[in-house]
Amino acid sequence: MHELGIAQEIVSIVVEHAAGARVVRVVLEIGKLAAVLPDAVRFCFDLCAEDTPLEGASLVIIETPGRARCRACGNELTFDRPFGRCPCGETDLEWLAGAELKVKEFEIIDV
Amino acid sequence: MCKTCGCSDDSRPTLTNLETGRVVALDERHDHDHGHDHVHSHRHDHAGPSTATIALETAVLAKNDRLADRNRGWLADRGILALNLVSSPGAGKTTLLERTIRDLGGEISISVVEGDQETLNDAERIQATGCRVVQINTGTGCHLDAAMLAKGLDELDPPRGSVVLIENVGNLVCPALFDLGERAKVVIASVTEGDDKPLKYPHMFRASSLLILNKIDLLPHVSFDLAHFLKHARAVNPALRVVRVSATRGDGLEGWYDWLRSRSP
Repeated sequence: MHELGIAQEIVSIVVEHAAGARVVRVVLEIGKLAAVLPDAVRFCFDLCAEDTPLEGASLVIIETPGRARCRACGNELTFDRPFGRCPCGETDLEWLAGAELKVKEFEIIDV
Repeated sequence: MCKTCGCSDDSRPTLTNLETGRVVALDERHDHDHGHDHVHSHRHDHAGPSTATIALETAVLAKNDRLADRNRGWLADRGILALNLVSSPGAGKTTLLERTIRDLGGEISISVVEGDQETLNDAERIQATGCRVVQINTGTGCHLDAAMLAKGLDELDPPRGSVVLIENVGNLVCPALFDLGERAKVVIASVTEGDDKPLKYPHMFRASSLLILNKIDLLPHVSFDLAHFLKHARAVNPALRVVRVSATRGDGLEGWYDWLRSRSP
């Protein structure tokens, strides 16, 4: 359940950058290959946001697919797990994207 | 229970030096030591309170990655090889370490950082081999992180040009995400666990450089398809090196020792 620690980290990153402002929305990007379950992050986020300027903020999670290039034929493919096979039969893939785990942006009440 | 992360007050991470008996609390996870990234904001003027969006694009694990880089530099400055040993609970990490220390102790200077949620049991087993060891107890945490290792290395104070073997918490999921600053991850699997482990836990097998398949002396007694296991492991990580061993009986250990020797300072 590393998602608890990850949710805590997300809250502390946003708390710091919000500099005391009330936060109403947080947007995350979680790649399909990040080994992080969006539902588990969602579950933990509300708990971690309690008693912080993020309490009650909505959480938007953008899930990005895993993308890889076949080292044999150069074909670009999409996967939702960190391994796979190119239609040419090759399993040696160069992973291009999908491991993202970041806070993209957040929205504060402007006073 | 702590409202921030759900930990209970009596299960905070601790570090124990088996040599001196010193116990240190590790409370890094409550620190707020993030870098200040360049941020952009723009206003929204809807009906209701006016809001502003602040673009961050900050990696959630950036703090851990920064600390891992610091550990990597610390180790490199001292010419120390650090390996992160990962597996499910009961795969035989501690037994493999005991055997490795006994067999190579005269040849390579080895010290150990033990990671477990609770108890000093594994560190006591390592200490019994005469090896220097510190134990990190993660409390509710399911993995070691770079901040814990930094404290562990400080306390262990490994000699220059030595090898530090880090036994992570038994868990095939979470330790894959947390860089400690090690040179490589070594994943240990055992034939009693089932041959589909690489497919079930692909992140760990993908993040590792060496796979040690342990307990091969039990192969005649379990329904473990070695060919399937190797096929699955290579599908997940085509570059993964594999050695097959029995840490209790000694079979195949030369393959692991050769791998370790070729990377030792």
